[in-house]
Amino acid sequence: LGAIGLAGAAHADTLEPNTLEEITSYNNYYEFGTGKGDPAANAHQLVTSPWSIKVDGLVDNPGEYSLGDLLDGLTVEERIYRFRCVEAWSMVVPWNGIELADILNKVGVQSGAKYVAFETVVQPENMIGVQRRVLDFPYVEGLRLDEATHPLTILATGIYGEPIANQNGAPIRLVVPWKYGFKSIKSIVRITLQENEPPTSWNKSNAREYGFYSNVNPNIDHPRWSQASERRIGGGLFAPRIDTQMFNGYDEVASLYEGMDLAEFY
Amino acid sequence: MTPSQAINSALRKLPAWTVYIVCAVYVAWQFWQALNQLGPYQVEPINVLERAYGELGLKLLVLGLMVTPLRKWTGVNLIKFRRAIGVSAFFLVFAHFSVWVVLDVQTAERVWTEIVKRPYVTVGMMSFILLFPLALTSNNLSLRRLGPIRWRRLHKLTYPAAILGAVHYLWLVKGFQIEPIIYLVVILALIATRYVSFGGNRQTA
Repeated sequence: LGAIGLAGAAHADTLEPNTLEEITSYNNYYEFGTGKGDPAANAHQLVTSPWSIKVDGLVDNPGEYSLGDLLDGLTVEERIYRFRCVEAWSMVVPWNGIELADILNKVGVQSGAKYVAFETVVQPENMIGVQRRVLDFPYVEGLRLDEATHPLTILATGIYGEPIANQNGAPIRLVVPWKYGFKSIKSIVRITLQENEPPTSWNKSNAREYGFYSNVNPNIDHPRWSQASERRIGGGLFAPRIDTQMFNGYDEVASLYEGMDLAEFY
Repeated sequence: MTPSQAINSALRKLPAWTVYIVCAVYVAWQFWQALNQLGPYQVEPINVLERAYGELGLKLLVLGLMVTPLRKWTGVNLIKFRRAIGVSAFFLVFAHFSVWVVLDVQTAERVWTEIVKRPYVTVGMMSFILLFPLALTSNNLSLRRLGPIRWRRLHKLTYPAAILGAVHYLWLVKGFQIEPIIYLVVILALIATRYVSFGGNRQTA
């Protein structure tokens, strides 16, 4: 519980979680505006109940699941993870969530499936950023199946034991702690198992800057800024920069990318 | 009395140094809030402060560019404030740069790498550098020494400085965002008024 990713000398920094106040007031959720405070100001308009998730593609049990049905019988764990934004800031978040592998087991992944695609809800009348077309909405993301079923990958429904706030992706979001934050898609309404690599929103918007993998990697800069260091939120006006760790410090995922040139598959 | 005359007579009573006071108070007030993590500075003060200074710097550049067209088209005369507006723009950009260097990027090595490697930082730096000779010659002595023609020609560097400032902003945002585009369009339009006749009956200056 919460200890994953703590072992080893590479994880010398103690994972002191950010406050709930910090986690809920500094967000990127472009459907609610591009300012860091916009999601906290606007996301109350998001309607999260009732909530259903369409599961389709190469699965044994496709269908429109209510959130309760999809998660019924599965274990919610606390996972304290580093969260590294592609903009070079980071937080530590105590998530409550379910391993995505458990959910995929439940719906029955068929043998041909190689990727998982995710989609965020679109409620145009409630989402001011959708009207402004900052990105091509709905927001879509995807993982390779082995990434999706890695034990670190969860679908989070809470933070600090409370239901996840709307601006953090209520009622259910992906958390992939070794990838840049934008991979951890919010407010999921659709999960599709498929054979081909799915399109992803930021890659569609700017392929040169945002790859499909988007693993945290201090050695490969974003074209417009360095990824070698980051600033941990909550340190005040004189917060020092800290070194960014390979895979955000989650070395156990390195085997997923063995033999891949991470400069090419960024 | 026309509205513009009323505005002009009200502005006559306002000394030009008011602009410096307002800007200095703004800089200090934002810094104080950032230091104590108040209001918008609660969670990530460094980035917010950097942005606040940069945005006001850009706004002042726009305001400076508006002085001439405003007088031409509405009769409102802000010429008395223009030097203070321009010098204040320089100081805000300087404050923006300082926050970036000292609080954000933090080491000389990283600062240099960023300037050389990141095009949006490079254009921001170019804009800042163009403002130096303008700030240094914004005094009566320089105006006399250079003579009005050379001085005016030099101060046309405001145009590329403003354009580069807007490009810097446009280049650093993610996705399709409308604000930096508005800045760039407004700046280009204000500069165009100097060179293009818009079919009005007034003479272009």
